[in-house]
Amino acid sequence: MSLYRTELRRLAKRRFTRWATLLGLLVLAAVVVGVFFTNEKIGPAQLAQAEQRAEQEYQQQVRWSEQERAACEAAKAGGTAEPDRYPEDCSVISPPPREAIEAQWFLPSTFDFRESFGFTLLPFAAILALVGFVVGASFVGAEWNTGGMMNLLLWRPKRLTVLLTKLAALLSGLLAVALSAAVLWFAGFWLVATFRGSTEKMTSGAWQSFALTGLRGVVLALVLATAGFALASLGRHTAMALGGAIGVMVVGQFALGILLDMAGVRFAEAWLLPTYAMAWMQKKVTLQDWQSCNATFSGECQPATLDITWQQSSVLLAVGVIVTLGAALWTMRRRDIS
Amino acid sequence: MPAVLEIEGLRKTYKSRRRGTRNALDGFDMRVEAGQVHGFLGPNGSGKTTTLRTLLGLIRPDGGRMSILGHDVPAALPTVAGQVGAIVESPQFFPHFSARDTLSLLAGAGDVPAERIDEVLELVGLRDRAGERVKTYSLGMKQRLAVASALLKNPKLLILDEPANGLDPGGIREMRTLMRTLAESGMTVVLSSHILGEIQLICDSVTIISLGRRVAFGPVEEVLAQHSSGAVRVRLEAVTDLPAAAEALIRSGIRVTGHPDHLMLAGVDKPATVTRLLAEQGLYVSELAPVAVDLESVFLELTATAPVPGQHRQVDQSTKVGEAGQTSTGGGWGA
Ligand SMILES: Nc1ncnc2c1ncn2[C@@H]1O[C@H](COP(=O)(O)OP(=O)(O)OP(=O)(O)O)[C@@H](O)[C@H]1O
Ligand SMILES: [Mg+2]
Repeated sequence: MSLYRTELRRLAKRRFTRWATLLGLLVLAAVVVGVFFTNEKIGPAQLAQAEQRAEQEYQQQVRWSEQERAACEAAKAGGTAEPDRYPEDCSVISPPPREAIEAQWFLPSTFDFRESFGFTLLPFAAILALVGFVVGASFVGAEWNTGGMMNLLLWRPKRLTVLLTKLAALLSGLLAVALSAAVLWFAGFWLVATFRGSTEKMTSGAWQSFALTGLRGVVLALVLATAGFALASLGRHTAMALGGAIGVMVVGQFALGILLDMAGVRFAEAWLLPTYAMAWMQKKVTLQDWQSCNATFSGECQPATLDITWQQSSVLLAVGVIVTLGAALWTMRRRDIS
Repeated sequence: MPAVLEIEGLRKTYKSRRRGTRNALDGFDMRVEAGQVHGFLGPNGSGKTTTLRTLLGLIRPDGGRMSILGHDVPAALPTVAGQVGAIVESPQFFPHFSARDTLSLLAGAGDVPAERIDEVLELVGLRDRAGERVKTYSLGMKQRLAVASALLKNPKLLILDEPANGLDPGGIREMRTLMRTLAESGMTVVLSSHILGEIQLICDSVTIISLGRRVAFGPVEEVLAQHSSGAVRVRLEAVTDLPAAAEALIRSGIRVTGHPDHLMLAGVDKPATVTRLLAEQGLYVSELAPVAVDLESVFLELTATAPVPGQHRQVDQSTKVGEAGQTSTGGGWGA
């Protein structure tokens, strides 16, 4: 217990932890503020203004078509008409009907909580996961390469206990930050919706769905923090985890993506990790194969689809955690520490 | 006296795919008794740090038996760790924490009361600089911090791998006094160092290692006496008698080196035999002095690492006991 408390203290004392967390929270705050200022509440004034803008637009269209028709007729009369510039009959140049220009188009963007909040949970989870990964990697990586781990093992010679306690401290620290950030995120967007949109139609079912999505985001962050921690411990260096992650992104995802594309593999995205992260957050990602559409010749084109579900993602995440953490623990038990 | 630290037949082999295997420890024995300051000496690369790391559970031995305070290690390390304070070769600390934070985190991990932190900081002379980041410390200051961290637990056994590394003369002397005080208070200290004058001053006993095996051990005076190689300086009343004396001594199997006004003898067990031999020849000794040796020369002789003019000795060129022409100087366990 004392070791756990000490590790929590160490985690909080680390400057990197503080800065990375602060930076992550600032980015999150910036997103909320940005959304706040780019949205507006729709009231009678806004509706009237939109109506007016639509009317203006219609008038402009009318003016423009009249000008064109006049020019057309003048050109026909003068015989100077370029053959392609104007139609045969100048009277076909007419303004669009009034109904075709909808006032809705001119409404400012507004934040409807029920409709839009779900999407904001994606960047929320992504930023938390990134912070979790780098903090997790640096927490144990710096410890290894500055000799702190060796010092600690002289005090607590149980290697697995030490490593797992460190991980527990990391995860509980991250969980505390993530949960408070999630509460602030909900509250922030509730305020945005209240002042710059609408909070209507929020049923308990909608709340539950948002809460579950938020929870999945937090779990994603915890999983990535564990992976960063395990990789850095394996390589005994923070850079090992970061390098590994960049390697996976560049070689594994970028290059693989291009390769799969060139090879014309069906559902190439099914091989890429971000797809699974998306599926985890959105419960389901439907991939479409437009190639298969070429084969059909009649009427409408329905591409073949492949669903990636959050259950599949959860298997992938679990396997990732088990493999990296297992390898880290295995080497921790066996390696010579110098 | 009970042994605080016992090592028997310790072996450690480093394997590398390209360079094959290296026997860093090759059947090493060591025994340290309670309340002693024990010097652990050996040339570079002889296996001192490897021994201490193995003892502390940082690396796995390939064979042998070790025990600390009567418990077999590494199995019982969690039990004894609280009573063993150690620094292992140029210890490193997280550079962005202050000395006080570093110690406080260690104390937290080891259930040591926080008051102890100020005590050890005072003890190693870092009291006024304890709030500064370790990154800004000088080599000697880091070394002092390391000693402080080892003392934090108030251990029964203190293991220090080259603690004097980087200390100023005052610091070295302070360390010397500190160790004597600690030993007097009942702590056992194992000290690895290359400063043999220092070792000779503060250690009760020593173990000398070369190429992973023990070449000598025992109380300092004994080791010195055993390896003073019976050097004796002899002067006679009449310088002209020296050749005759030399002849008589050589006949009795003593190695003699002639000098203009005296003789140097080697391999003399009892100086009295010399007096007797010469008296029988009617030669009268005016001075018969066993030549005092220091630990440094014994070390150089035992490990065969004395510099030879015109040669550059490479590491790993030192005594290998147990091979032809070499004999171990000690018996078995605790002899
Ligand atoms: N991690 C390692 N891998 C391979 N060989 C090693 C490793 N650590 C030490 N050795 C080898 O083991 C031998 C003993 O090294 P050790 O560090 O114990 O020497 P030492 O007695 O402490 O020397 P010094 O006086 O220079 O500190 C050396 O030959 C060294 O090269
Ligand atoms: Mg060493």
